[in-house]
Amino acid sequence: MSEVLLASQPAGTGTTPVPAGSGARQFWRRLRAQRAALVAAAVVALLVLVALAAPLFTAIEGQDPTTYHPSLIDSARGGVPIGSFGGISGDHWLGVEPQTGRDLFARLVYGARVSLGVALAATLVQVLIGVVVGIASALGGQWVDQLLSRLTDVIIALPLMIMSLALLAIVPSSFPRPVLVALVIGLIAWGGIAKIVRAQTLTLKQLDYVAAARLSGWGSWRIARRELLPGLAAPVITYAALLVPSNITVEAALSFLGVGVKPPTPSWGQMITAADVWYQAAPQYLLLPAGALFVTVLALTVLGDGVRTALDPRAASRLRVGTGRRREAKTTKAQPGGDS
Amino acid sequence: MNLSGFGGFVARRVVGAIVTLFAISVIIYVVFYVAPGNVAQITCGPRCSPAQVHQVAEQLRLDDPLYLRYWHFLEGIFVGQDYSTGTSVQHCSAPCLGLSYQTDQQVTELILAKLPVTGSLALGAMVLWLLIGVGTGVLSAWRRGRPTERVLTGLTLAGTATPVFVIGLILMIVVCGQLELLPFPQYVPFADDPEQWAWNLLLPWLSLALIESAKYARLTRASMLETLAEDHVRTFRAYGVGERSIIGRHALRGAVAPLIALNATDFGSMFGGAVLTETLFGLPGLGHELVEAVKVVDLPVVVGMVLVTGFFVVIANAVADVLYAVADRRVVLV
Repeated sequence: MSEVLLASQPAGTGTTPVPAGSGARQFWRRLRAQRAALVAAAVVALLVLVALAAPLFTAIEGQDPTTYHPSLIDSARGGVPIGSFGGISGDHWLGVEPQTGRDLFARLVYGARVSLGVALAATLVQVLIGVVVGIASALGGQWVDQLLSRLTDVIIALPLMIMSLALLAIVPSSFPRPVLVALVIGLIAWGGIAKIVRAQTLTLKQLDYVAAARLSGWGSWRIARRELLPGLAAPVITYAALLVPSNITVEAALSFLGVGVKPPTPSWGQMITAADVWYQAAPQYLLLPAGALFVTVLALTVLGDGVRTALDPRAASRLRVGTGRRREAKTTKAQPGGDS
Repeated sequence: MNLSGFGGFVARRVVGAIVTLFAISVIIYVVFYVAPGNVAQITCGPRCSPAQVHQVAEQLRLDDPLYLRYWHFLEGIFVGQDYSTGTSVQHCSAPCLGLSYQTDQQVTELILAKLPVTGSLALGAMVLWLLIGVGTGVLSAWRRGRPTERVLTGLTLAGTATPVFVIGLILMIVVCGQLELLPFPQYVPFADDPEQWAWNLLLPWLSLALIESAKYARLTRASMLETLAEDHVRTFRAYGVGERSIIGRHALRGAVAPLIALNATDFGSMFGGAVLTETLFGLPGLGHELVEAVKVVDLPVVVGMVLVTGFFVVIANAVADVLYAVADRRVVLV
């Protein structure tokens, strides 16, 4: 049911082969026309900058995320930071962590690194698997399609949060944790993208230029690479853009539960868990990672919506006046979420 | 939609769900009992001697080929199994998901014992998220283009961007810690004291509902706006039907089918354990149990939990599709 509906959607910029330059320029123009998306893009750019230049920022501050500062902690009072507002000072811009005295600013900016890095890597894995499975399913024979479609259904039915929680528990802890978290999320939650790619490929397959390529004796692989991938770009980018914030939430949730990124590597989710009992002595210990998480997910979501509008204005305008309720229902269903 | 077509649709959907369930059981079994290396070592713990590890491997029949072990696993689910736990033999009747490595308790019993907690959480949260979500959606469709809609859209967006453990934690700190309006949640079974049951679950319900309702608000608003743009609504307007009646009776009706479908799916996946909410509030439900089992790598419990959750999701998806088809007759049954 959903496949038919998805296939009937306009393919956006993908269906008509436009010169690459003009397509990209059109995309930027449409993206710039949306003020909310623009603000979100600026916020995301800032976050990426912070994540990339985390060592630089902490060098300016003169701190690092892992050094303990026992002298800044009042052990007589159970380990609360010495000084007002959780130990905010010229040396520690956002104060220090209770009990350990690690610098909060440094942990926060390095946390951005983990958060964005894991989410992007997971998205990459999801897109790779989803695109390969989707195209193979659409171009392969009936049996291949049946098999891969069933597999996709099964993957979609696996509850992401519970499955990744369980998987992360059984892998030896010697494996680098952030890489592992990204892999696990990527390996479990590629079902949605595979479904979309399959539907879109089935649509593209019917188009004249693909048929022409087929008739002129091109192999499936060459057709997929040269003729189909450009047409798949729009829906894949749209979906991937909305997967990133979802993956950020999942990473934070897993780290919150203590199975994601493990100390001493800082992660926002992990900071939120640790901050739980300190909210009175050092409220910023809780509010900073929670706020960072909120702003990041919000900015990425708004940007993702903007990208969708820019790539498929027709769908977006239909959405504004209220469109395909079935489509909406199915997309909501297909999107993985760690929000339980 | 003729009846035989509908019956066929339901039958196909049920068969599909059963096939999916089998596939899930195979995947989960293979992933958890094969991939992570030495199961016996993990089970036994890091301080086990090689002899002890060998004994555990024998107990778990790890020397048998994989298909045979999976077959035993299935056998346990359908006809039950006997387990020797050192001195005595314990019978585990169908559906048997094995025994916990840690406590020798039957996994099925364990799950059944936790189910009421998760069920209470999911049920109450569902009522709230439907009320909040659909209410918000109706209000923003009614007030479309006005400041009210903008505020509601902003709130909805904020809801989608907030993780449930953040809102739950903040609610708990403010309501229980600072204002001291409620005690910190502690699960009280409904049978013991319905009033305490509800008071203690209020915050977990609210946290889940606030986050979930964002999806429902978006969906309600989108479907209502779609209906409002349709020709027959214009005709109603031309005949002088009031806005209130158009919103309440006609536009809302269009949102019912997708709402039912989404709700069935959500409720199903929540029934398998709202891991984050249960962990945050310390509610002893399925999700909480899973986290505990994961910490000590209690594989039978983990596999059982994941399987049961997958079961709920698959059932819920099938129910969602059927309900959708019932509620919206325009759906083409494929």
